[in-house]
Amino acid sequence: MKVLVAIKRVIDYHTKIRVKADGSGVETRNVKMAMNPFDEIALEAAIRLKEAGQASEVIVVSCGTSECQETLRAGLAMGADRAILIETSEELQPLAVAKLLNAVVNKESPQLVFLGKQAIDDDANQTGQMLAGLLNWAQGTFASNIIINNDKIEVEREVDGGLEKVSLKLPAIVTADLRLNEPRFPSLPNIMKAKQKPLEVISASSLNIDIKPRLTVLKIESPPIRKQGVKVNTINELFNKLHVTEKVL
Amino acid sequence: MKDILMLDSLFSSEELMIRDSVRRFVNEVAEPLLAPANEAAHFPKELIAQMASLGIFGMRLPESVGGSNASAYSYGLVCQELERGDSALRSFSSVQSSLCMYPIFRFGSEEQQQKWLPRMAKGEVIGCFGLTEPDSGSDPSSMKTHAKRSNNGWVLNGAKMWITNAPIAQLALIWAHTSDGIRGFLVETDRKGIICSEMKHKFSLRASSTGEISLNDCWIPDENLLPGTEKGLSCALSCLNQARFGIAWGVIGAAESCFDTASNYLAERNQFAKPLASYQLIQKDLVDIYNEIIKAKCLNIQLGRLMNTGDATPEMISLAKMNNCREALRIARMARNLMGANGISIEYPVMRHVVNLESVFTYEGTDNIHHLILGKYLTGIDAFN
Ligand SMILES: Cc1cc2nc3c(=O)[nH]c(=O)nc-3n(C[C@H](O)[C@H](O)[C@H](O)COP(=O)(O)OP(=O)(O)OC[C@H]3O[C@@H](n4cnc5c(N)ncnc54)[C@H](O)[C@@H]3O)c2cc1C
Repeated sequence: MKVLVAIKRVIDYHTKIRVKADGSGVETRNVKMAMNPFDEIALEAAIRLKEAGQASEVIVVSCGTSECQETLRAGLAMGADRAILIETSEELQPLAVAKLLNAVVNKESPQLVFLGKQAIDDDANQTGQMLAGLLNWAQGTFASNIIINNDKIEVEREVDGGLEKVSLKLPAIVTADLRLNEPRFPSLPNIMKAKQKPLEVISASSLNIDIKPRLTVLKIESPPIRKQGVKVNTINELFNKLHVTEKVL
Repeated sequence: MKDILMLDSLFSSEELMIRDSVRRFVNEVAEPLLAPANEAAHFPKELIAQMASLGIFGMRLPESVGGSNASAYSYGLVCQELERGDSALRSFSSVQSSLCMYPIFRFGSEEQQQKWLPRMAKGEVIGCFGLTEPDSGSDPSSMKTHAKRSNNGWVLNGAKMWITNAPIAQLALIWAHTSDGIRGFLVETDRKGIICSEMKHKFSLRASSTGEISLNDCWIPDENLLPGTEKGLSCALSCLNQARFGIAWGVIGAAESCFDTASNYLAERNQFAKPLASYQLIQKDLVDIYNEIIKAKCLNIQLGRLMNTGDATPEMISLAKMNNCREALRIARMARNLMGANGISIEYPVMRHVVNLESVFTYEGTDNIHHLILGKYLTGIDAFN
């Protein structure tokens, strides 16, 4: 069984985000980038399937600028077998990414596509669902546990009220939630070996897919700076603060 | 810490990936164990297997013996990240890689290499390096430990002191006088006549295991002599060069940890109704610390470049070890001061770095000794004695 994992290059989550002065976006120059943490979890899940003998090949795919090759190499260092970059310098919104991934799925015919439940930059939480829609495949989003069972995959999903178990017929789309696993740290020998693994670059324009953005971003601004809190000693004092001073009760 | 000079652009993407992987390991796995290990004065042995699976031990050696052929930069960055956690972690790895695996690779026979190196890379065999003795520190040629030929082998007598990893090692590389000069011997620590005991009650490097080794008529077979050490003491010193290079990088990791901790603290701590970070005197200290870290990194990078091309000399390595240990120690003390009373609390890593760096300043050649090496380089006059 071939497994495809979609990974996105995002600003490293340790980095303090700075909004550009003109409000057109966030500063990415000279900023540390990394693999989207949810995608890392998705990839870890795929690698574990391979180690358990349930997957034959793990392919990582990313859409974006040539710098995404670095993120793909990080995926290869974790244990993916080969990588595909759909290269474009255009802005990509979730629908565009889903369409590009759709093309890769048609080319590679995987039985399973893993994605992170969302990317930590735009927090859209749409790509997996849209891809399932385009492919007309079953989807198990927010996965916190998975079990392959012959031609099915059982997915435990984190939903509002608790956990939901669904059984999906393969081929299927699974998006990873935080608790699915703890991704490994790539080892030095694997990082060195990743250099030799195949990385195919396909130009997005060669696929003849309409990837034009459908949404316009009007403005990006930092959240308001939080005022420092105060400590209260009694319930009465708390009530007074909320009711009389802040007038929120 | 902000990368003002874009120094990261001087590393390859693999080197950065190696750095980041070790940084995550240290942050997420090691960090929670370090302060308790320091308090309890024991080495967190549970980390050995994970460090091995990261591929850290002997990383500069070829794949045929369990290494990864990694660049000098990769090695430096790994040391930097380990020591950002605690100098004890970096010391463990320096001894295993630079002071044990490297000499076995460089001076050992094919059989010795195959027997020990792959297992050492996997962390199954821990090594230690015995040069210093109770009466022989900066002047190792004055060592008293000696080896005499006997029965197709050698009999060793003497005592080693301040030996990192000795209490947890399966293999000791012992430097001893012979009738032909100083030689290196591999001594399994389960042999008769060798005793490794823990040196307790240290105030510094408490999370590192340090020991004494006593050798009483300890017999080892001929095949345990490292055949390539016929040049004597200079062989031991060449191992130290590898380790010192790693120390020059490592201590900057500790310094960065102090800088990061102090600058976060100063941004949040208010006195006289304003964050401490807003006062000019405080900003001056922060900038001075930052400035020295950046300079030390530049020094490391140039030295690493020369290590990669094989052009680095012992004097260059002395310069980096001397400067970076001195600055790291000064930085740690400054950071400690900037944090007031909290600077001495075990809640923050700063005081731990201060006391650790006191040892790192001393071992692998004291500050004075590196001055003398460079003094000789500049004047041509040997001022050691
Ligand atoms: C935690 C720790 C771990 C260690 N691990 C190891 C290990 O794994 N293996 C090992 O072999 N050793 C190890 N050492 C020993 C270390 O390398 C020695 O402590 C170091 O070389 C200094 O020797 P010494 O302590 O005998 O000091 P001394 O040589 O007695 O020096 C004392 C002082 O005199 C100064 N001095 C000495 N000679 C001169 C001179 N000619 N001119 C001017 N000043 C001089 C020194 O700079 C120093 O300030 C370790 C030490 C520590 C603290």
